[in-house]
Amino acid sequence: MKIFNTPNFNFVRWRWQAIALSLIIVLAGAAMVYRHGLPLGVEFEGGSMVVLRFEQPPDLQQIRNALATGMPGGDDAIVQSYGETSQHQVMVRVSEVGAESGGELSRAANLVIDTLQKANVGKFTEQSREVVGPVVGQQLKRQGTLATILALAGILVYIGLRFQFSFALGAVAATIHDLLVTLAFLVFFGYDITLNVIAAILTITGYSVNDTIVVFDRVRENMRSMRRDNLEHVVNVAVNQTLARTIITAGTTLLSVVALYLFGGEALRGFAFTMIVGIISGTYSTIFIAAAIAIMLQRGKPMKGQSAAAATPAERTPRRRARAS
Amino acid sequence: MNKNLRWKVITILAVLVIFFGIGVYPILAQRYSLPAPGWMQAKQLKLGLDLKGGVHLVLRVHTDDALRITTTTTSEQLREALRNANVNIGAITVQSPLAFRVEGVPQDKDAEFRSLADQEAATNYERSSGVGGSYDFTMKQNIERNLREQTVVQALDTIDRRVNDLGVAEPTIARHGNQGDQILVQMPGVTEVARAKEIIRNTAILELKLVEAGPAPSREALLQSRNGVLPPDMEVVTGAAQPNSGETGTVYFLVRKVAAVTGRDLRGAQPSMDENGRPAVSFTLNADGSRKFAAVTSANIGRALAIILDNRVQSYPTIEGRISNEGRISGNFTPQETADLSLILRSGALPASMSYLEERVIGPSLGADSIRSGVIASLAGLAFVIVFMLIYYKLSGINAIVAMVMNLIILIGMMAYLGSTMTLPGIAGFILTMGMGVDSNVLIFERIKEELAAQRGVRNAVNAGFSRVFLTLLDTHVASLIAAAFLFQFGTGPIRGFATTLSIGLLTNLFTSIFVSKTLFELILSRRPATAQQPQTLSI
Repeated sequence: MKIFNTPNFNFVRWRWQAIALSLIIVLAGAAMVYRHGLPLGVEFEGGSMVVLRFEQPPDLQQIRNALATGMPGGDDAIVQSYGETSQHQVMVRVSEVGAESGGELSRAANLVIDTLQKANVGKFTEQSREVVGPVVGQQLKRQGTLATILALAGILVYIGLRFQFSFALGAVAATIHDLLVTLAFLVFFGYDITLNVIAAILTITGYSVNDTIVVFDRVRENMRSMRRDNLEHVVNVAVNQTLARTIITAGTTLLSVVALYLFGGEALRGFAFTMIVGIISGTYSTIFIAAAIAIMLQRGKPMKGQSAAAATPAERTPRRRARAS
Repeated sequence: MNKNLRWKVITILAVLVIFFGIGVYPILAQRYSLPAPGWMQAKQLKLGLDLKGGVHLVLRVHTDDALRITTTTTSEQLREALRNANVNIGAITVQSPLAFRVEGVPQDKDAEFRSLADQEAATNYERSSGVGGSYDFTMKQNIERNLREQTVVQALDTIDRRVNDLGVAEPTIARHGNQGDQILVQMPGVTEVARAKEIIRNTAILELKLVEAGPAPSREALLQSRNGVLPPDMEVVTGAAQPNSGETGTVYFLVRKVAAVTGRDLRGAQPSMDENGRPAVSFTLNADGSRKFAAVTSANIGRALAIILDNRVQSYPTIEGRISNEGRISGNFTPQETADLSLILRSGALPASMSYLEERVIGPSLGADSIRSGVIASLAGLAFVIVFMLIYYKLSGINAIVAMVMNLIILIGMMAYLGSTMTLPGIAGFILTMGMGVDSNVLIFERIKEELAAQRGVRNAVNAGFSRVFLTLLDTHVASLIAAAFLFQFGTGPIRGFATTLSIGLLTNLFTSIFVSKTLFELILSRRPATAQQPQTLSI
């Protein structure tokens, strides 16, 4: 069975339109972040979050009212249902924490519990609690940013060693593209950026590069056999040759992540959503963006197998180490 | 089947059996109460706090406290030495945790002061050259660093003793963060969070000090007889009035700054009753403490001794005779409080105060929910992928499925063997490994299809498919491993679990997708050799 019979789409022709589309998405996301700020989870922003399980189906509005009247700062509390509705779970998040001195840290969380216990909102038990002071929040934020940047730099160096440098830049540009698009969608759909989401984002970097490497590997292989053709054509052939693989693997990974999104429970929903968007964006960027950027960066330089071939015969250069300059 | 191929198949089966035994079987054995030897259960896959339920705390040790105590002690020792040598100076003030200042050193006593100061403080402090009889003493940098380090290590030990005394199974107590002054405490299965937090954080600095004056209803009344001036070697502490003493509310005491006995001199502590049958804590002293206590009590019969816990007077019994090795703390305690206090005193005082920076509590039922949904998601993902592969690659799809399932079994076994922890994001990593494992097979199969289309014969096509894709696979896996490595560096707990699962999954995937899948193809082709009438075919 085959999804394409010898596909021959001219993807490279559409590169400007593709770049424009991506830019629109990223800019729209940036505009939303500019207006509302990046929606950070408790672990990065600091704050208190409790998950409560009610005996009866809870009335969220009633809980909101109880908090607004019962505790200072309670009108800013975020109250959402959590997990499956049959479990009657409610998540309450407030931005306050107690002072980071002594045993005061969980004061705000205790206050939420006390306030709701006094109010007439039904019986509940505390399921989980997460209280993060500003020190740890700052620490995690810095570490998260650093880890993402270092991972990207590490991948850039690795691909730089294995391929031509313009390809490495193309791959990293495609990866950054996926990160930005994923962030934009997280903002559009109102997901908080949590530790799990960061984990998903870093996985996307690995995954997105994966995809791109497969295409670039093909481009490199084709450069040897198609010396007379121009770069656009060589790249386009490579994208078409790997198209079935690109779509199928994205499809299978997507299947497993969709299973995670549907059945993995509330705690992993943000992770699964990030992965879904990242995988789709990764496939799109592999087909339209990565090669386009590599072509742009490569233009003007002599191609291996054309002018460079005169100086160093391609057959003599070791197969994998071959690099054009 | 040729010999080479037979060995490959045996290797694969052996690997499968070993990792199934280490990883999957113990889980099944526990769930369905099958027989399993002890060593097998001991190596079981560990569950993280987010799946098992429990408490995760991050504390900061205020190392400045320990520095301040050292600086104060040194300055007091210098004061004492100067007094004994009859060198009268203006004042000694502690400026910061790291520095104190001596002012008003008379010109004619300057040399004598310097020699005394060098004797008392030169090992740990730098002395300024001294302008107009005023000297600054600043703690040396290496001493400061060592002291901070020592303080955190001591706090770590103390917390470790307290948590173990609480009876928590498999706690994690470790340094945390890159500042050097944070401690991570994880206690699986603990539900009495408030009590555990209080026990961990309680500094429990116990001091027994001679009462010079008091109790008095106010600070002013206390110092009245000394014309309102606090003597330099004494301090004022407060406490609750004892019943039947005629005083009410908070009362004030004037006590010696230097303690007769401290918590360091304790050998043990246990809950008991006082003479009125109220809950109290009895303690026994070690040899050194007994000697000191005997000397102080025999010399001060008839005077009051304040028992001070964390700077608050708990009781102030009158010394009725020479006591050497035991004492009792009575106060307004509940039985639970005396049990906790004994535990804390036994474990030793914390060298500095601490505060909480982060607190996570995961209820056991929430953890169980996460495991259930994780298992369902894994099975659903598996089903999706299996159906797809069978439809798209027909019989060859079975190869990919066998390789993938084997990948998951090795992954679980490897994690159990290495003692890695499975966390909630780890489950996500597990499911992702499934998707990525198929990715490698798809890459290979698509290549085989291309080679078949080029009419190169089945055997050649299979060989070319694997060999041409090998370096691509290596590149993609290394790139993903780089991302996973930084992820591991970045996080503690759950995220680390994800990075571990993903990394091991990537490595095992290289093995299954290249070695196992290829061997399966060879096995199939060796069963159906090509004949003259019928060329070899492959269902792909």
